[in-house]
Amino acid sequence: MASIRLVGVSKHFGDVKAVDNVTLDIADRDFMILLGPSGCGKSTLLRTIAGLEDLTAGEVWIGDTMVNDIEPKDRDVSMVFQSYALYPHKTVRANIEFPLKVRGVDKAERTAEADNAADILGLTPYLDRRPGALSGGQRQRVALARAIVRRPAVFCMDEPLSNLDAKLRSETRAELVAIHDRLDATFVYVTHDQVEAMTMGNRIAVMREGMIEQVGAPSDVYDKPASVFVAQFIGTPPMNIFPAGSLESGSHLVGARPEHTTFTDRMDGSVAATVTLVEHLGHELQVVCRIDDEYRAIVRLPAGTSIPDSGAEVRVAATEEHRHRFDATSGLRIDR
Amino acid sequence: MALDTPPRGWRATSRYSLLVVTAVLILFPVYTTIIAALKPGNKVLENPLLPDAFTLSVLADAWTEGRLGRYLLNSTLVAVIITVVQLVTSIVSAYAFTFLKFPFRRTMFAIFLATMLVPLEVTLVVNRRTVDSFGWLNTFQGLTVPFMATALGTFLLRQVFMQIPKDLKEASQMDGLGHWGFMKEVAIPLVRPTMGALGLFSFLSSWNQYLWPTLITTEDNMNTVQTGLRLLRSSDLDKPNLIMAGTIIAAVPILIVLIVFQRQLVRGLTAGAVKG
Amino acid sequence: MRHLVSESIGDGPMGATLKRKWREAPLALVMLGPSLVVLVTFVLYPLGRAVWLGQQRCNVQGKNCRSVGWGQYTDVLSSNEFQHALVVTLKFALITVPLGLFLGVGLAVLADKHLRGMRFFRTIFSSTIATSVAVASLMWLFLLQPSVGVLANVSWLNSIFPVIKEPGLLNDPGTALWSVGISSVWANLGFTFILVTAGLQGIPRELHESAYVDGASGWMRFTNVTLPLLSPTLLFTSVVLTSRAFQAYGEMDLLTNGGPVPQDSTTTVTYLIYGSSSIIKNNDGLQAAVAVLLFVILLGLSALQFRGFGKRVHYGS
Repeated sequence: MASIRLVGVSKHFGDVKAVDNVTLDIADRDFMILLGPSGCGKSTLLRTIAGLEDLTAGEVWIGDTMVNDIEPKDRDVSMVFQSYALYPHKTVRANIEFPLKVRGVDKAERTAEADNAADILGLTPYLDRRPGALSGGQRQRVALARAIVRRPAVFCMDEPLSNLDAKLRSETRAELVAIHDRLDATFVYVTHDQVEAMTMGNRIAVMREGMIEQVGAPSDVYDKPASVFVAQFIGTPPMNIFPAGSLESGSHLVGARPEHTTFTDRMDGSVAATVTLVEHLGHELQVVCRIDDEYRAIVRLPAGTSIPDSGAEVRVAATEEHRHRFDATSGLRIDR
Repeated sequence: MALDTPPRGWRATSRYSLLVVTAVLILFPVYTTIIAALKPGNKVLENPLLPDAFTLSVLADAWTEGRLGRYLLNSTLVAVIITVVQLVTSIVSAYAFTFLKFPFRRTMFAIFLATMLVPLEVTLVVNRRTVDSFGWLNTFQGLTVPFMATALGTFLLRQVFMQIPKDLKEASQMDGLGHWGFMKEVAIPLVRPTMGALGLFSFLSSWNQYLWPTLITTEDNMNTVQTGLRLLRSSDLDKPNLIMAGTIIAAVPILIVLIVFQRQLVRGLTAGAVKG
Repeated sequence: MRHLVSESIGDGPMGATLKRKWREAPLALVMLGPSLVVLVTFVLYPLGRAVWLGQQRCNVQGKNCRSVGWGQYTDVLSSNEFQHALVVTLKFALITVPLGLFLGVGLAVLADKHLRGMRFFRTIFSSTIATSVAVASLMWLFLLQPSVGVLANVSWLNSIFPVIKEPGLLNDPGTALWSVGISSVWANLGFTFILVTAGLQGIPRELHESAYVDGASGWMRFTNVTLPLLSPTLLFTSVVLTSRAFQAYGEMDLLTNGGPVPQDSTTTVTYLIYGSSSIIKNNDGLQAAVAVLLFVILLGLSALQFRGFGKRVHYGS
């Protein structure tokens, strides 16, 4: 059993509340993503699970054990660092074997485990090299292999893909998902990249300023964002937000994804806007419109459609069934 | 002609001549010393610049009569003990200053640094009394214990420890290493070059110590090479070739050490010279 | 559900940061302990003790010390012996530091060209690093000593410079300090050479090339590129050489015994404290007072060097 429960967890650095009263349940075998902009406290939260930070308040449970006062090594948790944190003076094999060696596993078993992990990650040809002689992607795999050999109940990963180039990153995403399926373990994965979050996780916790804004499956978070912040953080381009006024009655905010936002000729139920920029992305066009000083909207059009010129006066509308409504002051979702 | 093209013709000739002349001047005292050490006593003063006679007996005399063998052993013991212990104490204290959190850490570090400002010459007056009161005159403890810690070494090792990424410390923590394990498995292997430089510097400075051993050594058995030479000089000025032979014997071991460890030398000197 | 260890340690959130700070304190004490004991016993305590001892008079055995007041420091400071020793020390530094620096830089520049056999010359130029003060001094003693010395037994030299034989370079008040100084410069030459060579190799090639392309001659490159960029090394080396000059002891002990008397031409401050023919050699109180004054002077001197030089030193980018 490796469910994780965070109860009222806070971590303050002086006056800075890096993590502020977070409560979160992570089920056994979840692939939980902690998602948020830099400085939102997601890494700190991950490190409280790993045991690398002492809590200011709250409790961390792994399985049936309260681990607040348990050393990282005894938590049955392994961690993959953004910088990989490989031992530069040890060979790849020694790096992978190291956690087992520390635990006093005998040599034959260590070798077998390392061979196995290297095999899974395609590292067999590099076992005798030093990390310095590997590419970024290979180093990342060594870090992963080192985490795997211990067969921990929980894997903590702190932006492990952020130092890879785009192509390698998308390949590794798929591989990580495959590894998760293969291992009987819970993954907690920190990223600021919403594409990683959407494609890899089965649950996402969106964080902002030390607190969790929303927890849910990727589709929930995308389709029913709990706040303007979540709505705009997830999805590229971000969700358009309008003052309700011209679309429907009320003083709340209305949100619509760019794919659900259209140009229209009708005067009622639409907002006046000025086209400021047209971006050609090949398969589609994105038209950026300015509504007023505070709000703008992006409309996606299929390639080849006739497009308004920059500077054109247009009207923008959003279909009723795809409208999201948020409180104008709190930014929280309003469900009717 | 590019910047690095070697000079040719008369330029090369003049540069080489200059190099040869300076080299000869620098080696001159060494040359006369070797000549004298290899001559029998009656020939030393005749032609001091020419190797017109040869014997190894003077070197042998210096080894036995001048007791250089015993002094070399003492010096080696003293230098090795100081070097090894200094490395150990510097590593653990640098480790504590880098990787541990404890109250008054900054104050403590400031105290360590302050000791670097105090020249040896100022403390030895009192240290002689201290060592005397411990009953350590004419002992290896007296020769070594006062130098078993070095703020310089602590400082230098802390500098390199601080360059070890924090992630590496945390990764090892996840892997299950405690502080001693991290020190042994990761920190020390990563700072080996600095330790080499520091070790060489410690060895050289302990080997070359002159004032302190003269202050606390009165028994011949406890003389180091340096104080042994002093003894030789005061007793045997009528046998200059014996003194010169002693000088050669005293210089050879350090020459060998320097040749073996020449890679560490520049770093060691630059680092060590921080204190001077 | 069970709490594994939290009961036993038992602290609320308030205690967490406090605990963290003290948790590693015992280990820190174990790790710092050995160094602390040694540094306190053999550096800090003796410093404090020397300051205290400096206002005491002791009998010949160094026992039964009694306070004679802090005025002893001013007494020492205004005494002829101390002032004389200070002047000798300053002269010694003024001989050895500039000469040592000049020769060190000269040799390093001379050996900085890509020429066949340069490794050989570099080895020779660094070689005096292998000599301890005793070894170097005895080599020079054998050169300079008036009866058995090498120079004294080269007849044509003696006829040009009779001082070599009578009374001897080390025994003539006019030449003694210079002779000791030159032996000291020689002994330090390897050290200076190695430091300056390392400094030279640290100067980026592009700067030399850029100046070369601009048409600067060798001398202009030396004064406009090499020297300014070498200045941190030069500052560093000069501080070290100065401090060595102030602490020089073995040279005087072996070559001149602080003499020749009665002028005491080579009695430096350090020799005044520890020298076997020093008039205060058996007076711990006076020795401590002079030692403390030496400390203060050295401290002031390094501060001065760093400030004075500091403004003109280029520390690179």
